[in-house]
Amino acid sequence: MDYHSLRAFADSWALLVMALFFIGVVAFAFRPNSRAHADEAARIPLKED
Amino acid sequence: MAFLALVGAGLAKDAAFANHMWVLVAVMMGTTIVLLRRVDFGPAPVIDTSGYMDGPIRYGTIATMGWGVVGLLVGVVVALQLAYPDLNIEPWFNFGRMRPLHTSAVIFAFGGNALIATSFYVVQRTSRARLFGGDLAWFVFWGYQLFIVMAATGYLLGSNQAREYAEPEWYVDIWLTIVWVAYLVVFLGTIIRRKEPHIYVANWFYLSFIVTIAMLHIVNNLAIPVSFTGSKSYSAFSGVQDALTQWWYGHNAVGFFLTAGFLGMMYYFIPKQANRPVYSYRLSIIHFWALIFLYIWAGPHHLHYTALPDWAQTLGMVFSIMLWMPSWGGMINGLMTLSGAWDKIRTDPIIRMMVMAVAFYGMATFEGPMMSIKAVNSLSHYTDWTIGHVHSGALGWNGLITFGALYFMVPKLWNRERLYSVRMVNWHLWLATLGIVVYAAVMWVSGIQQGLMWREYDEQGFLIYSFVESVAAMHPYYMLRALGGGLYLAGAILMAFNLTMTILGRQREEAPIGGRAPALQPAE
Repeated sequence: MDYHSLRAFADSWALLVMALFFIGVVAFAFRPNSRAHADEAARIPLKED
Repeated sequence: MAFLALVGAGLAKDAAFANHMWVLVAVMMGTTIVLLRRVDFGPAPVIDTSGYMDGPIRYGTIATMGWGVVGLLVGVVVALQLAYPDLNIEPWFNFGRMRPLHTSAVIFAFGGNALIATSFYVVQRTSRARLFGGDLAWFVFWGYQLFIVMAATGYLLGSNQAREYAEPEWYVDIWLTIVWVAYLVVFLGTIIRRKEPHIYVANWFYLSFIVTIAMLHIVNNLAIPVSFTGSKSYSAFSGVQDALTQWWYGHNAVGFFLTAGFLGMMYYFIPKQANRPVYSYRLSIIHFWALIFLYIWAGPHHLHYTALPDWAQTLGMVFSIMLWMPSWGGMINGLMTLSGAWDKIRTDPIIRMMVMAVAFYGMATFEGPMMSIKAVNSLSHYTDWTIGHVHSGALGWNGLITFGALYFMVPKLWNRERLYSVRMVNWHLWLATLGIVVYAAVMWVSGIQQGLMWREYDEQGFLIYSFVESVAAMHPYYMLRALGGGLYLAGAILMAFNLTMTILGRQREEAPIGGRAPALQPAE
């Protein structure tokens, strides 16, 4: 495993996996009826002192 | 431990290591005496383990306050040393040794203690669980203080591995690694045994800060000591790889220590103080992941126009510019949390302080990507502009949000009805803001002037100014900078007084801010 093979891996599969993961995160955050969950989570700090 | 350190002092290969081990001997002996005096042979007191564990947080709050004043004081001293070189007292108190003392004191002693204390505070209250690991939290607190003392005394005694923001030598680094792993265990353990099904976003930010700092610290400090009883070591990397490792560490220390960790504070303390949930929880999730994915690549922008390959420089620049989006998304999220409660900015100086902090976050994260653009960087790099940028971020964002969190936590931690004085918070805010504005504005002017003087050629291609001429031209700016820093320090001392009085249970007689609510008049 030299510099060039590592570089080729970073430019292809690693990039693809990270991009897909990020798109997945965004999609998950905005999935249908996520608003109710999010609003509930946002109230966690206010539940008690 | 004291005995081991004594052996270390005896076998030391160089003077710095010997002196440093004597410091360790003194600290360990002192601690032993204190502990022995506190030994009590009576029945062990019963500790209520059902509530939250706030002891280390109380100590951490006081440590934050104390180190903050010390770090800022050293900052004012080094600013004066630059303006008046006679203040460099050889060999222990010259600028070269005082500067890492200042940066480490404010970043790691003040900022680090603030992060540890607030993270323990926030994780318990958003997980509704007691800190994991019993007295391990105390080990984290005292272990971290020992790291700070060893780092600070090491710099003054001349033990320094010359890596920016990672100056302590190998044996201090190993100690920090142990403490940091214990910190991770406490934090993660508390999250795992949470009673709240969801992990609140502030804890995500804190966790990413702890994990990433562990990774950065270990990789950046890979070094081979010359001797196990000597203070000198050599980095495992060489040349440009070493430089890139240093700035991969350096910039992510900004990204994960000074940004992600403090965003954790923002996402808890602003909603608490405003008594409103965060503006958009889904935006905060996007904010988190976007920040994590982008920040880690931004480091090469510290190495523009160096031996680093061009593609890496461009990569660093592009990712820095993309950081505009999550940064401003987060800023908007923090500010809009106040929508519907804007009147609190008028009546609550703590909210005002937090809003000011978020505003400075927005400003510094706008300026940073701009400075990472190669064309801008060719002017700004190596000048005081960079110093001004760092300070508007550190004093404005990290400082003010920490002060806001301290003002929020202290009355709660010591069961006080309110702060000693809310009006003093207002004084603190404006002293600090004025100090930052003076500091940043002066550094813009001096930085751009420096950059322009260095690149000024005559028609035959010779430099017009010698370097020393550009140094001499900085003198008035350096005096003004010390003034700005002094104002900020004055505000911090006011806070230390205010919080100490609060802890002692005193309350100052004063009129509430914003006046008393006017009595409603009956309609005609």
